[in-house]
Amino acid sequence: MSDATAKANSYRTGPDEGGHFGLYGGRFVAETLMPLILDVETAYEAAKADPGYQADIDYYAKHYVGRPSPLYYAKRITEHLGGAKIYFKRDELNHTGSHKINNVMGQILLARRMGKTRIIAETGAGQHGVATATACALFDMPCKVYMGSVDVERQSPNVFRMKLLGAEVEAVESGSKTLKDALNEALRDWVANVEDTFYIIGTVAGPHPYPAMVRDFQSVIGNETKQQMLEAEGRLPDQLVACIGGGSNAMGLFHPFLDDESVTITGVEAAGHGIETGEHAASLTGGRPGVLHGNRMYLIQDDDGQVVEPYSISAGLDYPGIGPEHSWLKDTGRVDYVSATDKDALEAFQLCSKLEGIIPALEPSHALGHVMKIAPDLPKDHIICMNLCGRGDKDVATVAGLLGVEL
Amino acid sequence: MPIAERGADSGRISARFEALKVEGRGGLVTFITAGDPDCDTSLEIIKGLPAAGADIIEIGMPFTDPMADGPAIQASSLRALTNGQTLAKTLKMAKAFREGDTETPLVLMGYYNPIYSYGVDRFLNDAKECGVDGLIVVDLPPEEDEELCIPALKAGVNFIRLATPTTDDVRLPTVLANASGFVYYVSILGITGTREIEADPVAEAVARIKRHTDLPIVVGFGITSPDQAQSIASAADAAVIGSAIVRKVEDRVDDNGKAAPETAAAVLEYVGELAAGVRKSTR
Ligand SMILES: Cc1ncc(COP(=O)(O)O)c(C=O)c1O
Repeated sequence: MSDATAKANSYRTGPDEGGHFGLYGGRFVAETLMPLILDVETAYEAAKADPGYQADIDYYAKHYVGRPSPLYYAKRITEHLGGAKIYFKRDELNHTGSHKINNVMGQILLARRMGKTRIIAETGAGQHGVATATACALFDMPCKVYMGSVDVERQSPNVFRMKLLGAEVEAVESGSKTLKDALNEALRDWVANVEDTFYIIGTVAGPHPYPAMVRDFQSVIGNETKQQMLEAEGRLPDQLVACIGGGSNAMGLFHPFLDDESVTITGVEAAGHGIETGEHAASLTGGRPGVLHGNRMYLIQDDDGQVVEPYSISAGLDYPGIGPEHSWLKDTGRVDYVSATDKDALEAFQLCSKLEGIIPALEPSHALGHVMKIAPDLPKDHIICMNLCGRGDKDVATVAGLLGVEL
Repeated sequence: MPIAERGADSGRISARFEALKVEGRGGLVTFITAGDPDCDTSLEIIKGLPAAGADIIEIGMPFTDPMADGPAIQASSLRALTNGQTLAKTLKMAKAFREGDTETPLVLMGYYNPIYSYGVDRFLNDAKECGVDGLIVVDLPPEEDEELCIPALKAGVNFIRLATPTTDDVRLPTVLANASGFVYYVSILGITGTREIEADPVAEAVARIKRHTDLPIVVGFGITSPDQAQSIASAADAAVIGSAIVRKVEDRVDDNGKAAPETAAAVLEYVGELAAGVRKSTR
């Protein structure tokens, strides 16, 4: 096979020069932001070509974040479900408790190379905000985190963590006061402070080059998994499963496997109270292509193209869009996208805690909820690897409330 | 896009700037959000704008997530959407305005998703039929010209480009390549209605852009008083006033977002004051 055909048959070559994955992606931003985004792109291309940059990322990944994260055979859950063999990729063991820090370290090191002196970020569940505040403490940079006032209420422990780390947390009161509005507000800040500020976006969405850049930083998850799985089982897994908010933990796990045809890949969106109720955050299942936050992607919207506020028990999945590369992978059929309800996630949250001694975040509980549905009917030699991308400490109060327990 | 491949536009925008040149003054461009606080009131305002002294009318197509706009315009979009405004209704308002005024240029301003959802070809067809002369779509930079800019130019609808202080001399030719109608210079870094404008840097910026284009240049973001309007309309071909007008609407809606009987009159009175300022400008 010639190089050209190898490329044409690959799912891993995107985006094109304009930042497109097929129909999706692009750079739908105001002119004010355009020069900045072009700057980020140029700086990132230069950084990628510099071995010193990757060496810095590797150093902090090993000594600060705690990578590689273990690949763990979840024996008791496997036995309980009685079918497929289930592994967890334990990104909840990272410093700050989720995969978000993988991306933040890459971006903050880039910001420093660019000579930027101030960092801003948006956050929903607060995990990306905490990771960003942490890195800003480490590098002594002022940090402002935008968070919808509704999320400030429901994720208050993370708000306090960010403040302890020295970040300023701005409660966003505009629009629907959740993650999408935090993103709007962060973009407004960036437009007003173009000279000194770097915007660390928390997922594989936004204008080019963010979706590709965040994917690259999160791909450490899938690259490690590949190697660890070969060590543990002598072969690749049969199936990958990950939850999807904007799609970064999922893209990080999936991307290195996209060209391995034997691997089935499954993304799990948040179905909230159920897709049919209209109260969900499943952009791929319940949305259609639209343009928001600098890129074209599947978007939950009404007939007039107005963005509809999503709903999920999990603040980290409560986003009306999804990264452009996932949108494209859905259309190509390479990845299956399914959904799990609040109820599925709550059940998985409790089961994982009891059987494995791991309290998962509500986000990966959605992935586990799906695994619980499919594993019993699969053969025992079917290997599933699920991304356990966050720990559940932040969600304990929410879950207690839902179970009717007073703390 | 070569001029020869562009469709014939309505000619209203260029005619208006020619007339201003003859008068020897700068123009007044006013912005209000369609359907804010409701369809009837905003149509009453729009219909009254030419008599109040507006030279060009911009109508905002409300969107849930106006990323480049400040609190005043965000809030006005939400008021309009809450009261049931849609893109189809906005086009109908344009048509109703055009039936009573065949000369004042009408420009629709907003974000891409509602247009994309409506369908680009259908939108351009309907906009032209309703007497719309130009479009300003904030989140479509030249990098995305294939989406709407090129189809609009082919259809004979002007595509008005934004330039900002971050658009340097290297980038300006890219921004101006497919510009038509006029160029909208966003005078300050930031979002609408949050910082105050100063005339001197504006005059410099206008001179800089004029070195790259023959199109008229209008300047906006941050104008609130008749005096500022006068000095900006002297430094540029026209001054755009948006947030300050929208705030006048806001001042006159009740807690439920409903208009009062005098809402339209009060907004038009304020536009009259701005127009008096602009009429003292000299070019
Ligand atoms: C633990 C965890 N998982 C998943 C997500 C969702 O984001 P993404 O889909 O980008 O991984 C979040 C977001 O806050 C999170 O905190």
